[in-house]
Amino acid sequence: MLEKALKGSKTYWMWLLALAVVFAVGFVVYLRQLEFGLGITGMSRDVTWGFYIAQFTFLVGVAASAVMLVLPYYLHDYKTFGKITVLGEFLAVASVLMCMLFIIVDLGQPMRLLNVIFYPTPNSMLFWDMIVLNGYLFLNIVIGWNVLDAERNNTAPEKWIKPLIYLSIPWAVSIHTVTAFLYCGLPGRGFWLTAVLAPRFLASAFAAGPAFLILLSFIIRRFTGFDAGTRARQTLAKIVAYAVLANLFFFLCEVFVAVYSQIPEHMSHLQYLFFGLHGHDALVPWMWSSMALMVLAVIFLIIPAARQNETTLIFSCAFVFVGTWIDKGLGMISGGFVPNPLHEVNEYIPSIPEIVITIGVYALGFLVLTLLYKVVTGVKKEVAGQG
Amino acid sequence: MENSRRRFLKTAGFSILGVGAGSMLIGLAPGPSEAAGPAAETKPVFVDRPDAKHARRWGMVIDTRGLDARTCRKMEEACHSIHNVPDHIGKFGNKNHEIKWIWDTEFKHAFPGQEAEFLSDRLENAPVPVLCNHCDNPPCVRACPTRATFKREKDGIVLMDFHRCIGCRFCMAACPFGARSFNFRDPRPAIEDENPEFPTRMKGVVEKCNFCAERLAVGKMPACVEASGGALTFGDLNDPDSDIRKLLADEYAIRRKPNLGTFPSVFYIV
Repeated sequence: MLEKALKGSKTYWMWLLALAVVFAVGFVVYLRQLEFGLGITGMSRDVTWGFYIAQFTFLVGVAASAVMLVLPYYLHDYKTFGKITVLGEFLAVASVLMCMLFIIVDLGQPMRLLNVIFYPTPNSMLFWDMIVLNGYLFLNIVIGWNVLDAERNNTAPEKWIKPLIYLSIPWAVSIHTVTAFLYCGLPGRGFWLTAVLAPRFLASAFAAGPAFLILLSFIIRRFTGFDAGTRARQTLAKIVAYAVLANLFFFLCEVFVAVYSQIPEHMSHLQYLFFGLHGHDALVPWMWSSMALMVLAVIFLIIPAARQNETTLIFSCAFVFVGTWIDKGLGMISGGFVPNPLHEVNEYIPSIPEIVITIGVYALGFLVLTLLYKVVTGVKKEVAGQG
Repeated sequence: MENSRRRFLKTAGFSILGVGAGSMLIGLAPGPSEAAGPAAETKPVFVDRPDAKHARRWGMVIDTRGLDARTCRKMEEACHSIHNVPDHIGKFGNKNHEIKWIWDTEFKHAFPGQEAEFLSDRLENAPVPVLCNHCDNPPCVRACPTRATFKREKDGIVLMDFHRCIGCRFCMAACPFGARSFNFRDPRPAIEDENPEFPTRMKGVVEKCNFCAERLAVGKMPACVEASGGALTFGDLNDPDSDIRKLLADEYAIRRKPNLGTFPSVFYIV
């Protein structure tokens, strides 16, 4: 099937080339980071995880959200998702790949990465994260590829695929739960020290991932003519709506506990993010925008007329994606580090090289995603008798 | 290069499924400190000489009443020069990359959540030295994915293996005391007079106070204790007859963030 990715229009090749160039630029800057150290980023002694780990966290969510397609389609035989499920699975593949790259670019000594395997340490959540991410990547490649191949040959998927599909459902939940456990089990970080962190991560993931998939399905329809189906998009849009609502609800629960209890070590991080602390307020406009975007999106997605209108649907999904990205990819990580354990305020702002490397990783992810989607649309067209 | 590393990671990922399952059985049974044991036993960090100082659990009492800014500076300089701690602020003016093993701060920063509202002028402004607490239940050790940081079985000191650390900085997020520093760049250009008897670090690894394990091994007291003019008492917390235990029996001493259950081995008389 891979040959499908090798035949394409001029636009296709130009797009791949553009992504490759962006990736190459990011890679060159990464070489500079390898040489100098992580000092070329905006991270500091106080904010020791920044943009990279935040993107990792956000993308684990996008990857996990494939379960929102897999579960209805395979477990409940929801046929409407027949054309879009494999798109979700391959989005998960590209996302997990980016997650792993973000972990690697964040390491101070990436050459020693294998120490995690040489000295396996089950009491470290990072060890479990490595296992669940690799497992999830494996599951989605195998499942997506086999099911697509079966569809192409007009046969039923292999029998042994079925248990893997069922396994992939709890596994999807596990990747984001373990990722939340990286943060919420740390004793001195009041912002993350909450049992609602994993549920909140899942809620925002099930909003961001499907919203992005809806946007992708429009792009694919525009460029390849392959349509995942209006009904599939509408169902997804409802999933997005309630997932954003759940995310906002969990967030408000969090705000209530912190603000009503008035415990400083829980409240001060929210204060920093939404109002600024001791004159430091770089993230304030971002956080309010994030909230506004998510609230607007919920309104648009719940009103049937607005959801069914493609233009408002596109805007709503973009709002959800950007809103949840700010929430998780910007505020969630640095918000936990400010103020620091000594209650001093040192802000974090990503540096230019850090942003370039980040964009480079995204470029590689989109490159992989493009290739995978090219295969999918090629096969689907062939099956439909147009290829 | 990127490509080969990605392939490498994938293969690594598959093989970990097997390795991980095995280690689960071994690793999950004992608690976190026992799990860290083998690292300490197979490779002693500092070889004890005959006159080495021994304890079951090393601890420190800091009497803030006997400390002034000058003494604190002396302690900090003694520690940082002996351990080749780079001065990124002095050399490059970069506060983000700062590395410190012991430093002094105000009472309200050393004890957030325990701040007394109407503190005496002396305490309000007194310098409070802070350093790694060598917790009996260290969250940094629990978080480390490679056991590069571990609690030494024989005396409870929380140590770092600079050669094993992958620089993920999970331990820094886990430490509730901000005791750890990361080498955001090569530290060597920022070391004024290198002490050949202690290793310098490389970029990309975490470091922190080691309770002068290298000095205890040759029968010396920690550098900060020597420079403190008697304000710091160092000894075995497990020995009821030690000076440190007698001091703790006589004076009311507090610890930083005791509510977090890390059981710091550094006590403060305020």
